[in-house]
Amino acid sequence: MTSPIIVVDDVRKRFGETQALDGVSLSVDQGTVLGLLGPNGAGKTTTVRVLATLLKPDSGSASVAGYDVNKQADEVRSVIGLTGQYAAVDEKLTGHENLWMVGRLLGMSKADAHQRAGELLERFSLSDAGDRQVRTYSGGMRRRVDLAVSLVGRPRVLFLDEPTTGLDPASRLELWDIARELVADGTTVLLTTQYLEEADELADRIVVIDRGTVVAEGTADELKDRTRGRVLQVEISDRNRLEEARDVLTRMAPPEGVHVDVATRSVFVPVGTDTALAANAISILSSTGIDIADFTLERPSLDDVFLELTGNSPSPSDDEEVAK
Amino acid sequence: MTDVLAPSAGPTLRRPRGLLAMAHDGWIITWRNLVQLPRTPELVLFTLIQPVMFVLLFNYVFGGSIGQALPKGLSYGQFLIPGIMVQTIVFGTSATAVGLADDLQKGIVDRFRSLPIARSAVLSGRIVADAFRLLMVAVVLVLVGFAVGFRFEGGIALGLLMIVVAVVFGFAMSWVEANIGLRVKDPETANTAGFIWLFPLTFVSSVFVPVYSMPGWLQVVARNNPVTLVANLLRSLSLGETLPGTTWFDQALPVALWCIGIVAVFAPMAVNRYRKV
Ligand SMILES: Nc1ncnc2c1ncn2[C@@H]1O[C@H](COP(=O)(O)OP(=O)(O)OP(=O)(O)O)[C@@H](O)[C@H]1O
Ligand SMILES: [Mg+2]
Repeated sequence: MTSPIIVVDDVRKRFGETQALDGVSLSVDQGTVLGLLGPNGAGKTTTVRVLATLLKPDSGSASVAGYDVNKQADEVRSVIGLTGQYAAVDEKLTGHENLWMVGRLLGMSKADAHQRAGELLERFSLSDAGDRQVRTYSGGMRRRVDLAVSLVGRPRVLFLDEPTTGLDPASRLELWDIARELVADGTTVLLTTQYLEEADELADRIVVIDRGTVVAEGTADELKDRTRGRVLQVEISDRNRLEEARDVLTRMAPPEGVHVDVATRSVFVPVGTDTALAANAISILSSTGIDIADFTLERPSLDDVFLELTGNSPSPSDDEEVAK
Repeated sequence: MTDVLAPSAGPTLRRPRGLLAMAHDGWIITWRNLVQLPRTPELVLFTLIQPVMFVLLFNYVFGGSIGQALPKGLSYGQFLIPGIMVQTIVFGTSATAVGLADDLQKGIVDRFRSLPIARSAVLSGRIVADAFRLLMVAVVLVLVGFAVGFRFEGGIALGLLMIVVAVVFGFAMSWVEANIGLRVKDPETANTAGFIWLFPLTFVSSVFVPVYSMPGWLQVVARNNPVTLVANLLRSLSLGETLPGTTWFDQALPVALWCIGIVAVFAPMAVNRYRKV
């Protein structure tokens, strides 16, 4: 069950002067979550739109569940669900009507469409609001009903384009729960996000894109290891022995980078991906009789990784996006 | 299947195919657009109040003076209602542009396009729903007309035919507006772009005043304006008699050709454009 269900091969797409996708390749295994991570204007939405058959790529190919997005658009559409970056629900219809309409369009009988609408509203805690027009909904409710609408046809592949942007922390957690449940049930999810935490929480694999190209991919752990690696922090009980501890550690570790922070009575040792080195350092230190109060093996946060991969400043299109 | 969120195992639901799918999907989107109608007070207001206001204003403000320029025996109310009907219906088609632009901007069109439904459904659903709306307007106008002396002089059958002709012309014009809606960036632009050109189109015609009351050069334009041809046909249908020296065929043929021509040019253009949005 680990065959790729989404395959993107060297896809390019240009809008006038902007090369939105400059040869993107990726694949997603069935039943897993791929986090597509990138700053504003990286090409996340464009990638999703190509996969959801809304946009024809200039070159390259893409397939979903074995169907070519260009040549078999209808087949692709029958297995996917799309929750776009901005909620695409009809404001003047009620939540129930929005769901019912999509059920009908998918070929359900009137009764089945009503039943499906009802159960989805309930699952998304919208039963009470189901008969109100969507324009009276809060932002979080809109997002939820939008997601519910994309699930009416029980899609095997779900695209979530920045599903939690603009949600409060509680709504975000709620959405994460739903995403996890979908995956547990066997849905494949491609999730775009600017929140590293979100990719870390939900994604089995992460693809980082920037300016239309893939700049890194792997699991969250692999990505973290790819950069500076881990740092061992050792807190010494006796402040006076800090220098001594540093000397001991400098002798065994790669000497550059070992530093002391007096305020926290700590010595920091970069150990890369070599966890054995960290264990060694602790045992050598204690054998010299220096009392260790505490130690931690820190990982760089995914934020560090992200900034390192995509450059420190947000990409220039940031402002345009906001203006839009 | 009891699990609400479980994906479907096999191929999804059986959907109608071909022409049946076009009708089925088009009808559901028509339903969606019609349900919105009473929930869009500004549209209802614009659609219903505006023609009523026009009838009353024109009838009581201009009725006296223009009435004298009319052929003997023709009351201004009788002259006015078919004219206002074309004008209101033509103006009413601008909502087609606004509706499509709005759906595009709000991402609704993307949602529909990500579903395995007939490609034509968004356009046909919009245009059919708008034709219903125009029908409603035409009926309201006839009712208001009855209050200011308008009658189906040629009998009820020709009267109903008059309404049908008006709506068919509106249907054709909706395709022009659909092109505008699909080409502009937002509903506000669609509102302006879809509306502004309708003023000269309807005013340089026989809608409000007889063409022979205009300066000579303008008469040439007005006489060949499809709006004039439609207004004249509607008038004849309401009176039960053709214009002097013409037959029903003479009057109906150009109107039919205009309607067919407009649809033949603008419907494929709109469909083509829709594929690319
Ligand atoms: N329809 C379009 N016309 C012109 N340029 C476009 C269009 N769609 C996207 N672009 C441009 O292509 C680039 C990639 O856009 P895209 O929306 O895929 O980015 P994104 O990663 O989703 O960004 P965000 O995080 O802001 O949503 C941007 O520079 C954007 O301005
Ligand atoms: Mg985006």
